[in-house]
Amino acid sequence: MIWKTIKVNFHRLGSPPTFYRLAQVLAPWLWAGFAVCAAIGLYQALYVVPPDYQQSDSFRILYIHVPAAWQAMAGYVVMAILAVIALVWRIRTVEIMAMAGAPIGAAFTFICLATGSLWGRPMWGTWWAWDARLTSMLVLLFIYLGIMGLYAAFEDRRKGARVACILILVGIVNIPIIHFSVEWWTTLHQGATIRLFSGESTMHESMMPPLIWMTIAVKLMFGAALLDRSRNDLLDQDRRKGWVQARLGESA
Amino acid sequence: MTPTRKKRLTLVGLIVLGVSAATVVAITALQDNMLFFVTPSDVHAQTLPPDRQIRLGGLVADGTVSRDPDSLAVTFGVTDGAHDVKVSFNGILPDLFREGQGVIAHGFMDESGVFRAHEVLARHDETYMPPEVMRALEEAGHPMEASMPR
Repeated sequence: MIWKTIKVNFHRLGSPPTFYRLAQVLAPWLWAGFAVCAAIGLYQALYVVPPDYQQSDSFRILYIHVPAAWQAMAGYVVMAILAVIALVWRIRTVEIMAMAGAPIGAAFTFICLATGSLWGRPMWGTWWAWDARLTSMLVLLFIYLGIMGLYAAFEDRRKGARVACILILVGIVNIPIIHFSVEWWTTLHQGATIRLFSGESTMHESMMPPLIWMTIAVKLMFGAALLDRSRNDLLDQDRRKGWVQARLGESA
Repeated sequence: MTPTRKKRLTLVGLIVLGVSAATVVAITALQDNMLFFVTPSDVHAQTLPPDRQIRLGGLVADGTVSRDPDSLAVTFGVTDGAHDVKVSFNGILPDLFREGQGVIAHGFMDESGVFRAHEVLARHDETYMPPEVMRALEEAGHPMEASMPR
């Protein structure tokens, strides 16, 4: 009984007009949550948290760098799950959502690489090194760009989405490589500071709150941008269809 | 689940499995080339061909840093706890460079057993804490043990 209700609702969600309306309602709330969390996080990161004993104020860049890096990887996992659903069930809204994630993930990967590079110059003494962590993160950026390119290369949008979904599945092997690169090999990049499952985190607790706020903020932003981008893509693809004409007529 | 979907799901599973297997094989084969640096113990074991450019990683040994007062030349020992290698370098050291700090030197071993570096990078460890906490630790007689780079 309950299972059937869920199933019916899931199918209803797959229909473009329903999805469009839901995304339209949800996205502003996610954006608002992002703004609040980011404001708290940035304030704490810049004014409240004490400087590091070795790096003094330079370490504050991690409050952007680390959440961006986590989101670049988490976003990819979300896209991979959507890709599996899209490939097996061929739901068009899911295909569109999987594709909408790529530019956002690429942006987070770029932010991660750029902030890391800015930090690396004074701390390590170099902008860039070809160690396993940095290289695998650069590969992630290229995978994201590849997904975007592949999706855009097909005249038939659905065909492009399906081919790009296969690339998402292939690229998923890079995610564990990024995560474990600092454990499997010697790298210039330091090991993991924050540990959820194995052992203790090596960051003083007074420095933790802004990291948590920023991580939540970035997750909300990813969700908001994903919904907005999916909605735009859907609108563009269906611009000649009745439901869009009806909606546009209603708002005009 | 309809048979078509089952077939597609199996196909998806096979793609992921196949790519993962290929990656594991490739990474295992490339294991040595994925290392960014070698340790003083590796150098000591002489498993490395001479005159080859390598990156040497370890901690700057306590009390070994000596600077030439007239130039940028500096020598210091790099240790991994088991073995030490003497490094000579002529250039500007990164901000984080100090005794007990993890460093990576890029260069080669000369005939006299001194490592001639043309680039020295500092390696940051994964510990973050306020200066007061550091001071409290020192006063309590538990100085932060510099963690070994891995």
